[in-house]
Amino acid sequence: MKTLQRLVVGLLCVLASAVVLAQDTITIGFTVSQTGPLNLDSIAQLHGFEMWRDDVNAAGGIKAGDKRYKVRFVSYDDQSQPGRVQQLYTRLIVEDKAQFLFSPYSSGLVATATIISEQYGKLMMSIGGAEPKTYQLGNKYLFQTYTPADHYLTGALELVKSKNPAAKIALVYSDDPFSKAVAIATREQSKQMGFSLVLDESYPPNQTDFSAIINKIISSGADTLLGGGHYPDGATLARQLHDQKANLKWLTLLVAPDSPQFASLGAAAQGISVPSQWAPQVTYKPDFGPTPAEFTKRFEAAYKIAPGYHAAGGYAGGLLFQHAIEQSGSIDPEKVATALNAMNVTTLWGATKFSTDPKSHGLQLAHAMVLTQWQMKNGQLVKEVVWPQAAATAPVVYPYQ
Amino acid sequence: MLGIIASIVDGVLVGSVYGLAAMGLTLIWGVMNVINLTHGAMIVAGMFALFYLTALGVPAYAALAPVLVGGFAIGVGVYWIAVHRMIGRPPLMSLLSTFAMNMVLIGLGTAVFGTVLFNVPVALPGLSMRGYTFTGTHLMAAALTAAMAAALYLFLYRTRPGKAIRAVASNREAAELNGIPTTQVLAFTFALGVALACLSGALIATLFPFTVLSGAAYQLKSFVVTVLGGLGNPAGALLGGVALGLLEGLVTPFMPVSWTAVIEFVVFVIVLIAFPSGLFPFLRHARVR
Repeated sequence: MKTLQRLVVGLLCVLASAVVLAQDTITIGFTVSQTGPLNLDSIAQLHGFEMWRDDVNAAGGIKAGDKRYKVRFVSYDDQSQPGRVQQLYTRLIVEDKAQFLFSPYSSGLVATATIISEQYGKLMMSIGGAEPKTYQLGNKYLFQTYTPADHYLTGALELVKSKNPAAKIALVYSDDPFSKAVAIATREQSKQMGFSLVLDESYPPNQTDFSAIINKIISSGADTLLGGGHYPDGATLARQLHDQKANLKWLTLLVAPDSPQFASLGAAAQGISVPSQWAPQVTYKPDFGPTPAEFTKRFEAAYKIAPGYHAAGGYAGGLLFQHAIEQSGSIDPEKVATALNAMNVTTLWGATKFSTDPKSHGLQLAHAMVLTQWQMKNGQLVKEVVWPQAAATAPVVYPYQ
Repeated sequence: MLGIIASIVDGVLVGSVYGLAAMGLTLIWGVMNVINLTHGAMIVAGMFALFYLTALGVPAYAALAPVLVGGFAIGVGVYWIAVHRMIGRPPLMSLLSTFAMNMVLIGLGTAVFGTVLFNVPVALPGLSMRGYTFTGTHLMAAALTAAMAAALYLFLYRTRPGKAIRAVASNREAAELNGIPTTQVLAFTFALGVALACLSGALIATLFPFTVLSGAAYQLKSFVVTVLGGLGNPAGALLGGVALGLLEGLVTPFMPVSWTAVIEFVVFVIVLIAFPSGLFPFLRHARVR
């Protein structure tokens, strides 16, 4: 009998401590593309999340009113597939009781996850979802950290305009939601800037051979190429453009050249530029959190690689949630949402302000992009910010090779 | 006009490498009635083998011989693990078995390498003509593919082991009654098919960067090529590859690239229905059975 009593008391103690623990912990749920074609960028984003969590927990947790909450992650591999995202975000909310959500990586998966987060009224910080359409559907709980896709190639067009106002542009892009959104805006902006678009073509996201497309670019007489998509196709296009000696003066590709691994293309990477949400060289003066230089130094020490914008975006996403919780003094979703709606801050990521217009609620309004270019310095390929001029860390190399 | 010709030539050059990849697939089907779904993973294995051999300082084209030999050894292993027990059973069994093996290999590959892009920098002088360049790597890949196809043909028709393979393909029991060690022949054939897949992977790696997941696209192309060339017909596979490349080269200058895959699969279905033995009736004698 005594043994039974002890067991019951022990069990009650364990349950009580579990309740206390649960009260002092904030659970953030998300999926990561551990496998599949989005794995590289998605894992970089995860590293950013993890670094933020470790920083917060090392500092005693997030302060909300009189309480401090440690951050706990629950995450799953979405295999880069929308179907998995749909299942797993439901699981994160219903079974794992995630209080807040980070988005998966890339526009297509964010769009899928948003359906679930809105259905359950869960706040989701979107990191890696630049396509603006998702934010124009009247969502209430979604907040975008990235500059929307409409602005991805604006800097490249401005730079080309300053160097060659009569440039003939080929727009060649992957047939995925993000790249298509970029292309739609670029088409319009190049018309407004007076450029002639001599080739406008999409290719399937799993395209492996670009020879025929490159021959089309050459036939079109283009001297400038803008476009690309994600990592595998962008890097392959860059390599083949180099091998086939396409006679271009300027080449800006989406996403792929931002990855540090892009340098493995060697000479084929030289001179290629990429619109970047963030670069380690930026000199933003944050209102809170680490400076870009501090973040870069610690990230390099932890992961032995320079952070790209995916990693910085991951860290910033956590930081913004943290700030909203601290400002609201509560973990109540409505109060945190109010704080996010009122947010107008600068972090290592740059400026952040979310749209409160019901038609585009959560759309990022303040964050600005930079254009970086791979340049050869002392026999090493390094990425330099070349646009806007005010943020440039090195003069642009034009023509690019 | 030159742009169209350049596109066609490029298509044919790359198509021949697709043909080499499909030769391995069709050889295994022709002899063993096994649809080898580890084919894509084996192509990727060839890519990685070339990457690491060149990283060790072995010149890219000299590395092809060890890739071929290594591919053969891997093929023997895969045969005994995933295929041997399925021989003589319904084709669905070997299909599922090789599919499972493929999932394991790709899963392991993703865990080890991630989906980071790998690049083998190979520089060969190409041919330039009024702004269009036919890269040296494409020309070399097509030449090596032709040489490999000729060697395979000679092996199958002029050597005793080759004749043994064809005998087993024609009638396994009769071959056994004539003293041919059929189990060894089947293992040898599977390994040869895998070696060809690895070799084609290595050649593709000289042309394009790749990831662990690149094999799926080439596996799909191999199926199309196999049907175009006629199931179980290695010579037909080579011509099927060239035909697919020609089609890609012809379509692209006139239509958006996104339509290429649609047209390829329309042709695939038409050929399956109208020409189930492949597009090349004059090559029917070259079937392994």
